[in-house]
Formats: sequence, C-alpha cells, structure tokens
Amino acid sequence: MFSTRRNTLGAVATAAAAVLLLAACGGGDGGGTADDGDVSVTFLPKNLGNPYFDTSNAGGAAAVEEFGGTFAEVGPTEASPTSQVSFIETAAQQAVDALVVSANDPEAICDALDEASGVGVKIVTFDSDTNPDCRDVFVNQATAEGIASAQVDLITEQIGDEGQIAILSASANATNQNAWIELMEADLEANHPDVELVEIAYGDDDDQTSFDKTAALLQTYPDLKGIVSPTTVGIAAAARYLSTSEYQGEVALTGLGTPNQMREYVKDGTVEAFALWNPEDLGYLAAHTANALVTGEASGPGDSFEAGELGTFEIDDDGVVLLGDPFVFDADNIDDFDF
Amino acid sequence: MSEVSTGSADGVGTVPSGGADSAAGRAVAAGPNGGRVYAAHARPLWRRVLVTREASIIGLLLAVVAVATVAVPNFDSPLTTTFLLREITPILLVALPMTLIIVTEEIDLSVASVIGLSSVVVGLGVQAGWPFPVAVGLAVVVGAVAGAVNGALVTFVGLPSLAVTIGTLALFRGVAVGLLGTTAISDLPEFWTGLTRENIPGTPIPLVMIVFAALALVFAVVLHFTPVGRSLYAIGLNKEAAAFSGIDVGLTKFWLFVTSGAVAGFAGVYFTLLYSNARGDNAIGMELQVIAAVLLGGVSIFGGRGALHGVIAGVLLIGVLGSALRLSGVTSDIITVVTGLLLIGSVTSARVLALAHQRRARPGRRGGIAQVPPG
Repeated sequence: MFSTRRNTLGAVATAAAAVLLLAACGGGDGGGTADDGDVSVTFLPKNLGNPYFDTSNAGGAAAVEEFGGTFAEVGPTEASPTSQVSFIETAAQQAVDALVVSANDPEAICDALDEASGVGVKIVTFDSDTNPDCRDVFVNQATAEGIASAQVDLITEQIGDEGQIAILSASANATNQNAWIELMEADLEANHPDVELVEIAYGDDDDQTSFDKTAALLQTYPDLKGIVSPTTVGIAAAARYLSTSEYQGEVALTGLGTPNQMREYVKDGTVEAFALWNPEDLGYLAAHTANALVTGEASGPGDSFEAGELGTFEIDDDGVVLLGDPFVFDADNIDDFDF
Repeated sequence: MSEVSTGSADGVGTVPSGGADSAAGRAVAAGPNGGRVYAAHARPLWRRVLVTREASIIGLLLAVVAVATVAVPNFDSPLTTTFLLREITPILLVALPMTLIIVTEEIDLSVASVIGLSSVVVGLGVQAGWPFPVAVGLAVVVGAVAGAVNGALVTFVGLPSLAVTIGTLALFRGVAVGLLGTTAISDLPEFWTGLTRENIPGTPIPLVMIVFAALALVFAVVLHFTPVGRSLYAIGLNKEAAAFSGIDVGLTKFWLFVTSGAVAGFAGVYFTLLYSNARGDNAIGMELQVIAAVLLGGVSIFGGRGALHGVIAGVLLIGVLGSALRLSGVTSDIITVVTGLLLIGSVTSARVLALAHQRRARPGRRGGIAQVPPG
C-alpha cells in the first residue's frame, strides 16, 4: 500500500507544481487585444536575441508609443522556415490589429498569414518579404539600385575617383550580390571612367575564405586602391586583414556591414565609411505602416501616409513602401548603433 | 485500459522478481499462475487505473487546460483547438511508433530527418508531374526504407540504436538537403494543402485527427492487447529473458524501425502540405520534441514501461502549455525553459518515487523489488 499512497502523492504534487508554474508564468496581460480603441501591433522578427531585430523592434516600439497603441514582440528562438507559424496563429487568436513580420521563408508562413488576415489582422512584412499575395504591404529597406549606387559613391569618393578597385562578394551564385554587382558595374562604366574594376573575388560568405581572398587580391594587384564588399561577412574579414597589414589606410574598404562588426575598424582608421540600412528606422516605418492600414489612412497601392519623423511615404503598385537610400555609417555616428 | 498486466500502469509493482526469473515478461503476460498473487493486483481496479504515472499526466493536462481557460485571454476559442492540433499532429504521429521503440529500450533519433527526406520526395514527385497519391506512396516507402536501414544496422549488425540513429539523423538530413538544395518546392496541389486546413464539420478538430485516431487505435491495440505488445515490454525489461521465451528480439526491433520510418514518412507528407512547402530542412529538431513528449508521457527511457494514452497526453500537455504561454505573451525562450523543467520534474519525481519505494521494499518480502525501472 505504500506504493499507492506515494503514487497518489506524487501525482498530486506534480499536478500542483505545474499548475503553479503555469499560473506564475501565464495570466499576464494577454498581449493586448484592441477593444479599447488602441491599435495593437505585434512584431514578429525572424528570431529573438538577434541584435539587428532588437534594433528594429526598438524602432517599432517607439513608433507605437507615438501613435498611442499597444506594442508586443514575439518570436521563435530559431530562424527556421516554419517556426514563426505558431506565433502568427497566436496573433490571429488574439485578433491583434496588425502583425509586422520578417519572414524566414516566403511560402511556409503564407497559409498562416492568410488565416490571420481572415480574422482581420493587417499583415505588414519588413526586412524579408513573403509571397506578395500573403501580406498587405512590404516595407522594403532599400532597392538594389540604391544599394549599388551607395557603394559606388562611397568607394569612388574614398579613392578620389580614379584607380583600380576589386569587389569581394559572397558566393558566385548569390542572387542579391550578383544583382548589386551588375548595377555597380554599369554605374562605374557610365559615371566613373577612371575607376577600373580589376576583379570580382568570391569569399563564399565564409570568414576565413574572405580573409584569404583579401590577401590574394592585395598581392595580385599592387596598385589596388580600394575594395568593395557587398556582404557583411566579407567586409568584416577584409577589414580584419587590412587592419593588421601594411595596407591599412592605404587601401580603402567599404561595402555593406553592421556597426558592431565594423566598429573597431572604423575607429582604427581601416574603414572610413560603409553602408547598410538603419534597422531602427525600418522598424519605425513598419509600425507606422501598420497603423496607417489599421486606421484606414492608407489601404493599398497609391495611398500615402505619415510616418512620424520620417515624413510621408507612399505604397507603390506592388504594395511596397521603400524606406529610402542606404544609411552610411562612419566614425561620427557609429556609436549610436548597437546591432 | 492498460492495466497492470501490460507492465505499464505501475511498473514498480509489477515486476515479478523470483530471483533469476527468466520469463519475467512472460509471467506477467500469462497472468498469475500457480496461485501466485501479484502485489499490484491486491489493489482495487480503480486504483490501478487512476493512480498511475499516465493518470497524473492526464490530470496535469486537464489542470493546465482548466487554468488556461480561466486565466489566459483567447485560450478558450475554437481557433486554439484547431491551431494546436494541427501543429502537434506530426509529433503525435511520430510519437506512436517512438513509444513502441523506447519501450523495447531502443531509440530512433532520425525521425525528423526522415520527415525532411519524405518532404523532399513529395516535392520532387509533384515537380516531376506524378499524380499526388503516387508521390505520397513513394514518400512513405522512402520513409520505410530509411527505417529499414536503421533497423538493419541495429538488429543485424548489432549496433546501439542511439549511435545508429545519430548517424542516420545526419545522413538522411544530408540527403534531403542535397536533393533539393536550399530551394523549396511550394507549388503543391491546392486540393491537398487545403485539406490539411479543413476541420471535421461542426467541430474545431482538423480532419487529419481522424487519421491519427485510427493509427493511435491500431498502435494501442497492438501494444496493450496483443502478444506482440507484451513481447515489446518483455524485450524492454530483459532482452535475454525475452529471447529465451521465444521472442525474436531482432526481427521485432527491425519491424519497429521500419514502422517508425513509414510513419515519419507519412508525417513528412502532412508537414509538407500543412506548410505548403517541400524543403530538406523541414521539421529540423523535431526528434527531440517527440522524445521529450514520450518521456513526459511516462515511458521509461530504460524500456519496459509506458502506455500510449500517457504519451498522447504528454504531447498534448507540451502543446497546450506552449499555446497558453504564447497567448500570455511569454517569450519562446521561457516556453522552452518551462517545457524542459516540466520534463525534468516529471522524470525526477518518477525516479524519486521509485527509489523511495525500493527502500521500503525489504529483501525477502514477497514481490520485493529486484530491479526498479527508473524514469
């Protein structure tokens, strides 16, 4: 009979413990449904604990505070294709007014977004779009043209608009990078006749490979005046090589990077300036876009809306709102960012 | 349902210990003979059914549902039921054969990779223009073949399933990702993808639950009401004893792995349709969710103990807890922590109870405990 009594006790104890656990964790404010007239906006980044999205979420939260809504931030710990679905479903159950998503996969979350849409949730994608049928508006951080011309402007300015340059890209079949490089080549040819692009090297978005390719470029082309790396992995590896070499300050380096990776190289003079978009502005604009859709200030292509301190934006024919030109980071502003 | 005679309801009290009683499993299966009375059978039926590990998990599940219904806004909506069931169906499906495998003291870590592989096969089949049912059939066959690879290495080569399936976890995933690269096939027949989002008319319960219920019934009958099921517990408790009792241990395990592969293959088809997305990296990491749920449901990782209703409750408990916490705005890292603590708490409490019981059971006392299956 001992066993019986113990098992009963055990069952009761386990049950009680779990109920307490749940009561302690749950029963919170419930994420906020919007029956009080407030606009409730839920941000769903690719994953949590990612400084880039922490920054964009902070921008979103600031915007929501401005227009007096309820802000929530949810997300999976891993950026896998389907990990966002349960959070989209939760938003649908809560019937939030708008969901702002950076999609891990353009298709896998589509049906879930459709269902959320079906219960009246406005869907805004930012940073990474889904299939256009699955969302109301995509807030695009930058166009390929904008990214290409920002990098050409930076490098030509840094080398005095003449001399040899090379590109250190990701992999040879990286879609984004190839599109940008094509536009950069056209821009160089048309507007910078004295700048010669001598080689496009591929670091495969691998730190060590990019590091080695940087070394190879510098040895192959003794007169090289600048390197453009349109990938965050490449630019950081190239900067690391340059900062410890005789070429520091002699060979210019720019491209797309993140402030946290590039901070020390900007401060030690290896890199003068580099570009990327400002994720905080991106989150801020996405939240305002969501608000405009919920309040009816804008409802589709052709409509314009106010986005606080960023000004007025228009939804284009593809349902896209463009943040603007890439943001240039340099020694003066890099300490304002942490991502 | 799964009374003591299955060795599941209260394993601690049911292991007859007559020294080198080589037919331990058998004796339980054959029922008391020669006037022997099992300690556990001295207890009234209602106690044997209600006071079990499985019952405590079911109780916990009901308690969590009750608390969430009252305390968590939006939890009591029909949408919650639909979304929850839809999402945990792959885990429910794969947990059925996993339970049988763990009962025999083996493990199959490759199930999520088989789901990925099956997903790619379905996608490629559709892309090649095959009729959808043919693609599904092939995916299930590929799953079964993958399971047969595991089974053959475990039984005919004699390797531990932990090592074998860690290897095939990587192997099958590698093949799946290799076949399709980083691309996804999302142009799947809309009739079938739509079907995964349909409910049984008039209820919030997804249609796929009919398939699950049928499969669960088959697995429950086999495990708890047939000689085959008895033999699985016997293998898990003592495989030498089981072999001497005339059970073909190797063959039994082989077919369990084949079954596990085939069910994972089917789960892969469902997963693909649910997310309209055939990809090599689908369901990455799901094997751990499945095993966590099976252990939470009262199955001993050392084999010989567990019941399907506990496992189903275990899967539902993890699902409901996640859903309730998400609705309360709890972040996913905390949800993972809570799930982990729940599992550790449940395994620990079972172990502590078993130890306490063991200490009480003095040697020489009839039915004294020779071996306590922990967990």
